[in-house]
Amino acid sequence: MAALLAVEGISKNFSGLRAVADVTFAVPEGEIFAIIGPNGAGKTTLFNMIAGVFRPDTGGITFDGTRIDGMTPDAVCRRGIGRTFQLVRPFPALTVEENVMVGALLRHPNLSSALRRAHEVLWRLDLFDKRTQPASSLTLPDRKRLEVARALATEPKLLLLDEVMAGLRPTETDRMVEILKKINNDTGLTILLIEHVMRAVMSLAARILVLHHGAAIAEGVPEAVVREPAVVQSYLGAEAL
Amino acid sequence: MMKRLLHGVPLHATVLLALLLAALVVAPAFANDYLLTVLIVILYFAYTGQAWNVMMGFAGQLSLGHALYVGLGAYTTAALYVHFGIGPWIGMPMAILISVACGAIIGFLAFRFGVGGVYFAILTIAFAEFARIGFDHFSWVGGSAGFFLPVANYSHDDLMNLRGRPAMFYYVILALTAVAFLLCHALMRSRVGYFWQAIREDEEAARSLGIDTFRYKMYAILISSGMTAPAGVFFAFYYNNLFPEQTFFILRSIEIILGPIIGGVGTLFGPIIGAFLITGLAEVLQELLTWYGFDPPGAKRVFYGLCLLVVVMILPHGVWPPLSRLLRVDRETERTGDKAEP
Repeated sequence: MAALLAVEGISKNFSGLRAVADVTFAVPEGEIFAIIGPNGAGKTTLFNMIAGVFRPDTGGITFDGTRIDGMTPDAVCRRGIGRTFQLVRPFPALTVEENVMVGALLRHPNLSSALRRAHEVLWRLDLFDKRTQPASSLTLPDRKRLEVARALATEPKLLLLDEVMAGLRPTETDRMVEILKKINNDTGLTILLIEHVMRAVMSLAARILVLHHGAAIAEGVPEAVVREPAVVQSYLGAEAL
Repeated sequence: MMKRLLHGVPLHATVLLALLLAALVVAPAFANDYLLTVLIVILYFAYTGQAWNVMMGFAGQLSLGHALYVGLGAYTTAALYVHFGIGPWIGMPMAILISVACGAIIGFLAFRFGVGGVYFAILTIAFAEFARIGFDHFSWVGGSAGFFLPVANYSHDDLMNLRGRPAMFYYVILALTAVAFLLCHALMRSRVGYFWQAIREDEEAARSLGIDTFRYKMYAILISSGMTAPAGVFFAFYYNNLFPEQTFFILRSIEIILGPIIGGVGTLFGPIIGAFLITGLAEVLQELLTWYGFDPPGAKRVFYGLCLLVVVMILPHGVWPPLSRLLRVDRETERTGDKAEP
């Protein structure tokens, strides 16, 4: 089966600094795929190239049969890629449901059907009871889920999650993991996540790509990847074993 | 139509709005000429403030050059009237067209090349200044010596040519203000309105949700500049004289934005409340200072500035948000009557 997302040999330099070097991977439809690596490994740069924020210097990104590298972020979203931000960026003055409704308005131009769609998504993310609160009043875990809800409301085929567990307590992490698992199970949504929290990665991801100094150093199923000496040395440290 | 307009608005808010409108409609029967003039000025600023608010309040794009669109509207219709005998209502579409074209140029230059924030504001000032200097040398419309509409004592009101008594002008600007209010109400609760608010809150996040921010920021400046032009038409025919040094002066642009800032940026009632407050305050101060016989040059301006300072310090989001909670017509109360279950 053809991959939903195929990244081929992409690189990105920032004034001489090689942030991402010749990275290749593919995510088949319906899979949860994780990218891990130490700080500064180039994860977010890679992510931003897929999301249309940066244009890769070399290589190409194919999504759902079309080349998307060099497209603007809004065009990438309209093609069917939803994203969250590492530092959450809700629309603070809008209510929770309005935040999600803005996302839903992309595919549902009618206001009341967009609101209905937003409510469905809010149910999934356990935010329905808080729908009339201003987004600025939410706690961090709620904001993280709002971020996911807003991206989901655009009805993506692929969801990009940028460290959506960062800063969450273990119970909150488990809650997010359950929600994402359920969405993936129920709707077959493909998810690509960048994550530091290994506990979440191990229970979510079908496959993992490890980045180090901008280059892919390992790829495979979680159990195998965490045993690779290069990965252990560069990222996990001895205690992870 | 009415049902759609009132959707989600609590009943007592509708009643309050109807009472305000009724009071404004009957006002000329009770007001003397002075009060009527003050009300005309208030409504003029309520109208222009509402138009400016579409750009800043809804879409978050700060324009400090809205006098440009007022001036273009004013000069266009005045020139058509004086030189070709074309009435203001026929001239108005042309005035709107020219204003929108100018807004399109400014918007395209700014938004295509990523000029935002204070730099965008400076660009809008620059264009208003270009117009001021340009019209100073534009002898077809009088240049710096000014452009005058024929004035006579009118015994009857000629609505078609906007020649007549203050009461007629009052109803014209009241109608314009009401239409602008309804238009903004509809815009705010539309897809475009929500996209604007998303852009205002966080442009990058808005883009990540598939919103073509260039296009929607263009819509904001096109609608705002187009809405502002009729205020210029009114200005030209009410005051009958136009001077580039005054019409396009930056102080005119600042006056336009004071109302919505005092009243509440991004709210529907902010520009209206703000216009009442700033104009009312100026007039009351004038009366008070005259009453006490204390009238050194500039005293009124100093007091006026101090009063605005205090309002902005105590109510940084404007007068309307706390006032709406007091009247229980704010968004929270609105929503309890508008619950949708999945």
